Amino acid sequence: MLETTALACERGGMRLFSDLGVALQAGGLLRVRGNNGSGKTTLLRTLAGLTRPAAGSVRWRGEPIGDDFRREMLFLGHAAAVKDEMTVSENLEFSSRISCLDVAESKIRDALECLGIVRLADLPARYLSQGQRKRAALARLALSASVPLWLLDEPFSALDDEAIARVSALCAAHLAAGGMVVLTSHQDIPIAAADARAIEMRG
Amino acid sequence: MLQAYAFIVRRELRLALRRKGDVLNVLVFFIVVASLFPLGVGPEPGQLRAMAAGVVWIAALLAAVLSLPRLFAADHADGTLEQMLVSPQPLLVIVLSKASAHWLLTGLPLALTAPLIGLQYDLPTDALGVLLASLLIGTPVLSLLGSAGAALTLGVHGGGALLGLLVLPLFVPVLVFGAGAVTSTLIGINPSAHLSLLGAFLAVSSLIGPWAACAALRVALD
Repeated sequence: MLETTALACERGGMRLFSDLGVALQAGGLLRVRGNNGSGKTTLLRTLAGLTRPAAGSVRWRGEPIGDDFRREMLFLGHAAAVKDEMTVSENLEFSSRISCLDVAESKIRDALECLGIVRLADLPARYLSQGQRKRAALARLALSASVPLWLLDEPFSALDDEAIARVSALCAAHLAAGGMVVLTSHQDIPIAAADARAIEMRG
Repeated sequence: MLQAYAFIVRRELRLALRRKGDVLNVLVFFIVVASLFPLGVGPEPGQLRAMAAGVVWIAALLAAVLSLPRLFAADHADGTLEQMLVSPQPLLVIVLSKASAHWLLTGLPLALTAPLIGLQYDLPTDALGVLLASLLIGTPVLSLLGSAGAALTLGVHGGGALLGLLVLPLFVPVLVFGAGAVTSTLIGINPSAHLSLLGAFLAVSSLIGPWAACAALRVALD
């Protein structure tokens, strides 16, 4: 469903990778590995349509990615996109609404429960630790079961073991339901998947 | 789409309410700048009346330039802007709602305060009304064209000063027709021609400003 053909990306005039072809089918997990600066984030941002490739193309359901693609894709980058001035649940409500997801209050609480931060729901995000902030951002996953493609950039960084287990369980459930996950990670976190592949980026 | 517009505006207002300092700074800056002129040029009523509209309008432009860098910077820094770009919502709607919220938080308070400042300058009542009207029509232009400037200077080192250099020349027609409307009232000419031209400028900038901002944001986040 998601495929790239002869994809090449440059950053600041430097070629990061070229001639990259990956294809991902329903239920597929793709791990992107590589050293710092090898282009993992750039690849994910290119798949999300944020960065323009230097050559090649990204296709979704056979079409070049466009407006319809953004309805079927969830991208979580390095920055948590959590506003200090808003409470944890307000943050989640806004990020879900902007992605056209269901935002009933009970669902918001369930999603926070799923990441183990429901007791922080009414706390302004400025009081959160780095890991709690990351959990608050990842709570979107629990609301995004209907979004087929998840693009997750370093989802496990700053998380403790318990949170890593919760997030990998969410990913496994998504894959089992026929979703697709692309993630970059330094750690080798086990995620149950019928079709798991990895690509190694060499900078 | 209208729903997206409404909830983004609501969120911006809610954020501003929890960060009141930003909004108040701009308003106080406007009042202080406009109040410095009588102290500098002396209390001669005729002279003050003649320069009132120009001073209020220039103070409003400077206050707008002061507030514009924050339009996208905070959302850019914490990753919200990135999430807005990958969301299914049209970017144009997002930019329009941010520009609208910016106007509600800066342009509107400035316009509503302006008649009070006009009193300091001994403006007659009909000129005060025209001053208010000209600011109500003109300040949205500052938010709309300003959104393009803010997007173009996003992430640039020293972007605030650059933003001023970029957008102040674009604001010249607003200044000329806005101040001109008040001045013409003072000498007994109907200001409607000036106000209509301001309105026309608002229509043009509501097409050009957000569209340019969208293109600039896509480049800034590439």
